[in-house]
Amino acid sequence: MSAIEIHNLSKCFAKTKAVDNVSFCVEKGELFGLIGPDGAGKTTLFRLLTTLLNPDSGNAKVDGCDIVEDYIAIRSRVGYMPGRFSLYPDLTVEENLQFFAALFGADVEESYELIAPVYKHIEPFRARRAGKLSGGMKQKLALSCALIHRPSVLFLDEPTTGVDAVSRSEFWDMLACLKEKGLTILVSTPYMDEALRCDRIALCNEGRVLCIDTPKEIIRRFDRKLYGISAKTMFRLLEKARKATGVEGCYPFGEMHHLVVNDKFDVESFKIELGDIEGLQIVSVEPTIEDMFIKLMK
Amino acid sequence: MRTFIVLLQKEFLQIRRNSFLPRLIIAFPVLVMLLMPLIMTMDVRNVNVALVDLDLSVVSRRIASHIEASEYLDLIETTAEYQLAIEALEQGEVDVIVQIPDNFERDMMLSAPERISIIANAVNATKGGIGMQYIVQTIARALAELRGENAPVGFSELMTVENRYNPTLDYRHYMIPALMIILFILICGFLPALSIVGEKESGSIEQINVTPVSRFTFILSKLVPYWIIGLFVLTVAIIVARLVYGLEPAGSVWAIYLGALLFIFTISGFSLTVANFSETMQQTMFVMFFFIMIFMLMSGLLTPVDSMPEWAQRFTLILPPRYFVEILRSVYLKGTSIAELWVNYVALALFAFVFNTLAAVTYKKQI
Repeated sequence: MSAIEIHNLSKCFAKTKAVDNVSFCVEKGELFGLIGPDGAGKTTLFRLLTTLLNPDSGNAKVDGCDIVEDYIAIRSRVGYMPGRFSLYPDLTVEENLQFFAALFGADVEESYELIAPVYKHIEPFRARRAGKLSGGMKQKLALSCALIHRPSVLFLDEPTTGVDAVSRSEFWDMLACLKEKGLTILVSTPYMDEALRCDRIALCNEGRVLCIDTPKEIIRRFDRKLYGISAKTMFRLLEKARKATGVEGCYPFGEMHHLVVNDKFDVESFKIELGDIEGLQIVSVEPTIEDMFIKLMK
Repeated sequence: MRTFIVLLQKEFLQIRRNSFLPRLIIAFPVLVMLLMPLIMTMDVRNVNVALVDLDLSVVSRRIASHIEASEYLDLIETTAEYQLAIEALEQGEVDVIVQIPDNFERDMMLSAPERISIIANAVNATKGGIGMQYIVQTIARALAELRGENAPVGFSELMTVENRYNPTLDYRHYMIPALMIILFILICGFLPALSIVGEKESGSIEQINVTPVSRFTFILSKLVPYWIIGLFVLTVAIIVARLVYGLEPAGSVWAIYLGALLFIFTISGFSLTVANFSETMQQTMFVMFFFIMIFMLMSGLLTPVDSMPEWAQRFTLILPPRYFVEILRSVYLKGTSIAELWVNYVALALFAFVFNTLAAVTYKKQI
């Protein structure tokens, strides 16, 4: 039995299909990432799985419980950390933790060893009000509160949005640590670089899942040759490159443009075709998840 | 049960942490009870009177001294020229003009003397009307006194007047119960709604919704603190009324508390219903304000229901405060018992049931 099983789940808001016929499974003990831009339906999917919303059609099971029929059972088995900080800002760190522990009938002492990797970072500030914590510390507190009742499945909705790079990396280390303890973790993020730290990922856009696999496999499935090109006049380069033979796509990617090409492409004839462009550089680059995502979006 | 206590503790902790609420809860009833009764008075005092005395007789002087002696009337001008008095009236210096015609004393004993005329500024209808009555009474008393002195056998007074239940016709005694209700509406109506919508705004309600806490427990934990605060505020108000205005309930205190309890249930259920339909505090404030205006103006808090038009009177039947107003006033001023007011208690209980059911039904834990 998988930790999360989703079958043809759909949810509409007015005419927008927030979640459109989504199906996938997350195995026990897996760190599963939902990768997609804002508006991809990640949050709605989380809200469906944590029983905050009812689906329009389809069904899903979390830890063996149906999200509609057994919603009460699910609530004591999952930990949910919404994208927005939603603890009580006027209670202290410790009071928040005690409060949520009490609501689940759990005990902070008993769960301490589970939350310790996260909580020890903010323990020195336990008398500080939650609203006065920094962004990264708020996330850690929210994660501690989501873990306090020893859930079997953890839902983290964009836990690293608005958090600095060091804290983000630290946060992923903590998730790896929790995974070691046997938790199933479903995490969403708009950052493609974080995808690499998941066991498996689902790329999603506009309510649909585009592809599901391990990050490595997804990159391997990028079956085109990829170049990085740059010049002094980047925009003109982009326009010209898009029209060249054998070019399937060209898009800005950091300091360079990524150029996706097929068999008809040839570097030398490409240079000639571009004509007079100052400071043109062409290098072969390895594809990333983002390249795959852009390819799938088309 | 343990969950409920935890939720309650959290609620009180939050109220205490709030920099504003605890002060509001103490200061609000005290201030309202101390200040409002002094300001919100319908008693007409300081009616400025100009006397146009064309008679200059014993009678006219007697009338003047009676006006001067009245605690409601101020004789500010005595003149022989009507024109001067009218000018003063136009400038607002004078509220009422009393004109005593020439030879009034002489003609008094005739069958049809020229009459004393009274002209009042009725821009403020209450002041004009009531001021006019005071003048008429004062003059009548002066004339009766004179006739009594002149008659061989003393005139006996033909009328006696008694104001039951509020013997001194003190408007405050009528207003204080109404003020207590306004306090309730504000504290038990506004605060719980704002506190729930506040959780919606901060998103913490979402975190609560994924816990096994039932919606009933959660909602109750939001209400109970304000029920307790409401009863505390009532107690403060009763004590202030006793100490400052010497107003003690003529009936049983329990009759007041029972009514208050039912009314608090009603108004907090109502505020929850409003909260369930609002997403932001602003929205809640405006919707609540709309209803509170209707409650204040139409429930007989400020003006008696009996003097409203027929259709409005029928409309007041669906306003919960109307019943509580009646309970409070009757118990406070007349000493009416619970048994005699049972209709009002039943009506309140019914409202409490309806609004709380509505609140429970419209609160969706799953959106």
